[in-house]
Amino acid sequence: MITRFLIQGIGRLDLTFLGLLAALAVLVPLANLLLPENSVLHVPTSTMSLWGKYLCYALLAISLDLVWGYCGILSLGHGAFFALGGYAMGMYLMRQIGSRGVYGNPVLPDFMVFLNWHELPWYWYGFSSFPFAMLMVLVVPGLLAFVFGWFAFRSRVTGVYLSIITQALTYALLLAFFRNDMGFGGNNGLTDFKDILGFNVQAQATRAALFAMTCVMLIAGFLIARGIVDSKLGKVVIAIRDAESRTRFLGYRVDRFKLFVFTVSACMAGVAGALYVPQVGIINPSEFSPANSIETVIWVAVGGRGTLVGAALGAVVVNYAKTVFTSGFMAPYWLFALGALFVFVTLFMPKGILGTAQDWWGRRRKREPAASLAEPAPAE
Amino acid sequence: MIPAHATLTSSLLYLDGVSVSFDGFKAIRGLSLVIAPGEMRAIIGPNGAGKTTMMDIITGKTRPDEGTVMFGGSVDLTRLDEAAIANLGIGRKFQKPTVFDFHTIEDNILLALKSQRTVARTLFWKTAATDQKRIDDILGIIKLGDARSRLAGSLSHGQKQWLEIGMLLAQDPKLLLVDEPAAGMTDGETAETAVLLKEIARDHSVIVVEHDMGFIRELGVKVTVLHEGAVLAEGPLDQVSANERVVEVYLGR
Repeated sequence: MITRFLIQGIGRLDLTFLGLLAALAVLVPLANLLLPENSVLHVPTSTMSLWGKYLCYALLAISLDLVWGYCGILSLGHGAFFALGGYAMGMYLMRQIGSRGVYGNPVLPDFMVFLNWHELPWYWYGFSSFPFAMLMVLVVPGLLAFVFGWFAFRSRVTGVYLSIITQALTYALLLAFFRNDMGFGGNNGLTDFKDILGFNVQAQATRAALFAMTCVMLIAGFLIARGIVDSKLGKVVIAIRDAESRTRFLGYRVDRFKLFVFTVSACMAGVAGALYVPQVGIINPSEFSPANSIETVIWVAVGGRGTLVGAALGAVVVNYAKTVFTSGFMAPYWLFALGALFVFVTLFMPKGILGTAQDWWGRRRKREPAASLAEPAPAE
Repeated sequence: MIPAHATLTSSLLYLDGVSVSFDGFKAIRGLSLVIAPGEMRAIIGPNGAGKTTMMDIITGKTRPDEGTVMFGGSVDLTRLDEAAIANLGIGRKFQKPTVFDFHTIEDNILLALKSQRTVARTLFWKTAATDQKRIDDILGIIKLGDARSRLAGSLSHGQKQWLEIGMLLAQDPKLLLVDEPAAGMTDGETAETAVLLKEIARDHSVIVVEHDMGFIRELGVKVTVLHEGAVLAEGPLDQVSANERVVEVYLGR
């Protein structure tokens, strides 16, 4: 499926996007590690990690676009899958601390010693193994999405009702993870990480590798999503979005198709969370907060839903704006700006940045067919 | 009189004593209807006679409170859901033309094309040459071959109706349920639709629900008149339209 569409060639926009990511994956770590600090092109480690974070959000946005933009499932709980992937990675990182914790317990993480626990809860078993933890990064969000989707889609919960229960799902997890006796560090979450695969997570080279890995996973996630939406299954999924009962009367089991994309999407969100945690150095229950999931929806809407590239673009643009906004004197007004942006996009750019740009480009091309030949390809 | 079980086994579709009510309102009361293999039947009736509800029951959207609904003499349709019934070979055209607006005309047909409907099969689907030929044939029949790469949403109302009929053909069902195919069409389009349906009826069983008497006359098939959720009269159009009760129901007292 993926090979076929690679051979057939993907759109110019997709190629630009993939080329850009590939370039980032190579050049940013090199510019960080090899260039002297006084060089103009040197990328500081903090900037690299910040952009690594944006790219994790971009992967989360693509996963949401897959279910919302293509299948019409407005999930307001995708942050939950992101956070679960993050927790799975966090548990691995906690187990790597070993006896270097404040209490020096070789098995138990500090917060468990603090709570007077004497042995590791069963669900922490196996997380000292990296492959097992990575498997859980996929399995835990995927399984939750599968079980949740199984019930929701079979009973034909759709539209705003589905959105509300996804919101309730992430809120319930928020409350659960806040509790100390859940065994995930309660309010403080998991932090003070030391090593990942034997490398110091704080080290510059490790951070560079994590950044490159994020680019690679974003490329992989994008290709999987593109492969799905360009297949016949993708056409079925769009058909479900636009005329669900028609699709059903054609003989497609709508619930199974929804379940498939929802589960794939949750796994993808889990991977994004897993890459996010070592780069920001902490995972705590606030990642489950409903507002996070809603913000993800805004990124996708701003970038342009149903385009994949637009979702990633939206995530980066909005988060970059957030960084700029919240670091200056305008900090208190960030939420107003975000709200205004959402209203503006909904009213004036219903297809998002990318959709609007594409429309504009298409109109221009139609008007001046000769001129467009001479002009360079649309920059991203 | 033929015993019931003989009618059942020789029929394609067999409804007996079907009733359904919504919030106490009896939409269908004791409806019985038999469609023979290869038959084309027109169903008429005033608004609220239960025509659409009958289609909902046959296609699994609505479950009857009581009664028998059998397909091919042996399959109990009341136990199956929409997708299973569609895969058995019952296709449905809605009253309001329902096509996938954001897909091309060709993709609309592709989605309807008879094939395995599982997640895995659709994910790894490759359109074979025979499938492509079938798609081209259908596009020819519904006269949309030249428009194949246009989005279905850009079609006119009449063209959408035809596209939906084309999708039904692609499904290759044993039985087609067609709800008001001529609604909102010009006279020319209506006549062409009648020709199209007659062509389809040559190798499929078809049930047509229609208001337009001229259209039914053009089809020239057996007519069933529904009234208040039950069969009021059945027979050739001339005989039915001469029936006093039918006239009374249609024209009011």
